[in-house]
Amino acid sequence: MTTVLRAQALGKRYGRRWALRECTVDVPAGHVVGLVGPNGAGKTTLLKLAAGRLRPTTGDVTVLGGRPGSTPAQLARVGFVAQETPLYAGLTVAEHLRLGARLNPRWDDGLARARVARLGLDPGRRAGRLSGGQRAQLALTLGLAKRPDLLILDEPVAALDPLARRDFARGLAQAAAEHELSVVLSSHVVSDLEKVCDYLIVLAGSRVRLAGRTEELLAAHRRPGGRLSLEDLVLTYLEARP
Amino acid sequence: MIWLTWRQLRGTALTTAAALLVLIAVLALTGPELASRYSAGIAGCAPAGTCDDFFDRFFDEHQLPFLALTLVVLLLPALVGLFWGAPLIARELESGTHLLVWSQSVTRTRWLAVKLGLTGLAAMAAAGACGLAVTWWSGPLDRSAVPELAQMSPLVFGARGVAPMGYAAFAFVLGVTAGMLVRRTLPAMALTLAVFAAFQLAVPFLVRPHLMPPVSAAFELGPANVDSVHVSGPGGGPVQLFLSTSAVPGHAGAWVLSSELLDPAGRTTSGGGGGGPSSTVERFVPVSTTSGPCAPSLGRMSTDACLAEISRLGYRQQATYQPLERFWPVQWIETGIYAVLSLALAGWCFRRIRRGWA
Repeated sequence: MTTVLRAQALGKRYGRRWALRECTVDVPAGHVVGLVGPNGAGKTTLLKLAAGRLRPTTGDVTVLGGRPGSTPAQLARVGFVAQETPLYAGLTVAEHLRLGARLNPRWDDGLARARVARLGLDPGRRAGRLSGGQRAQLALTLGLAKRPDLLILDEPVAALDPLARRDFARGLAQAAAEHELSVVLSSHVVSDLEKVCDYLIVLAGSRVRLAGRTEELLAAHRRPGGRLSLEDLVLTYLEARP
Repeated sequence: MIWLTWRQLRGTALTTAAALLVLIAVLALTGPELASRYSAGIAGCAPAGTCDDFFDRFFDEHQLPFLALTLVVLLLPALVGLFWGAPLIARELESGTHLLVWSQSVTRTRWLAVKLGLTGLAAMAAAGACGLAVTWWSGPLDRSAVPELAQMSPLVFGARGVAPMGYAAFAFVLGVTAGMLVRRTLPAMALTLAVFAAFQLAVPFLVRPHLMPPVSAAFELGPANVDSVHVSGPGGGPVQLFLSTSAVPGHAGAWVLSSELLDPAGRTTSGGGGGGPSSTVERFVPVSTTSGPCAPSLGRMSTDACLAEISRLGYRQQATYQPLERFWPVQWIETGIYAVLSLALAGWCFRRIRRGWA
């Protein structure tokens, strides 16, 4: 099994505060990986380090075998959709696609246009006037049409209503299957991940508490009384102090 | 990246370009007429030797556009720093869009290079075009301006030649740097304005006088450097003389840094604190006012004759100044200094962004 993301004793310090400390994690390829953990567990910091947005203070991180964000080629292989899916408010939907086409050598214009059409986004509409769900979908479209090998999404559904969450999860699962894409997405709400993820990593206090295929994890923790929910499983591991 | 930078700049760039084009068109239409009126005036006054009167009249008639244009050229770099420089990075950080653009297949260094380079060049082009157009248009007025607004004087010098281009580059990169430091647009704008204003005040008064060693010379007293002479009263006493602090004879357009009255022994004379005309100092000359050229006859005194007498006694104006011939050398030196400052700030921005800042 190849690895898309590997962190070894990874740490990031802001001033005197450690946002992530001694984090060691291995994310296998070919999965939609859910990264779960409480607020402040270091999920965003880990993902930003993986996307090359930040430089590690200590330790080492490799993504698809390379140093994150070091070269245009490496950048082209990793997609990153930041928290709250920022877009240029003054640019239209079509201009965002143009931005993607101009800045990415592997840009798939057909995919981008088809997705925007299917979502019913008006190409002439400014991003600032889109709903939260539409913004998230447009940001996801930019991430997908870049045709990365790994797509990282940081709390992509946090600001969405339940309906938009469901649509987003569906679109993501579909795209991952279609394009043989590895995906890592984070959330502090386990139910968000349940429908899309086939692999789960529980991060708490910078440490990996649990990692594995969702099905296998659930099977291994089967109780006599019946099937354990993913949420209960995660909670069990979050509550267990080392 | 060029497309995105242009797309983000487009709105304000087109507005600025349109405003500048209108300004340049107006200058191009009115400039030749101004120049021909000046030449005609010179042709008329030269034989009669009354050109000083013509200069006064000509400059007075056009003082308002002269000052307004000078102000526009002085303000443009500051505006560029505030509205192009400060938001360039700060606005991206505020809205989080830096995370979007950094997620494309473009390195941060390239992103900054294109944004900084393209917007910076636009800023310099705008300030340069505006500065040179105003320099050309104001030529006849600069040759007839009052000494306080001489072409080398602090206010006018900064609004002429190539210096505005240097100011614009510096103000712009200063804005970008401030944006990276404080990460929010409005505080970055305030910081940019404060620092840029400090530079625009400090450089003319503390640095520019020493860019080239000032010329020091003694001048005979005459109408060019003496505003007026007065006799205190009918009972005699010294002659009250108002020495100009902004003009030396024979060097129109020069920036006078210091002006003193030397007595025949070569000592500087100290003066009274009396209020005289602006940009003059009051000095007392112990010369007979009861007889001789400085004595009022029939209640009046001939200024020219009295000044000639004071000069004959050995009184001189001792002045240090930057002559007009140094206009272009000082322009290039100062522009060079601002270019180096801009490059240093830009280098800091690149180093910061390469070290994984944000």
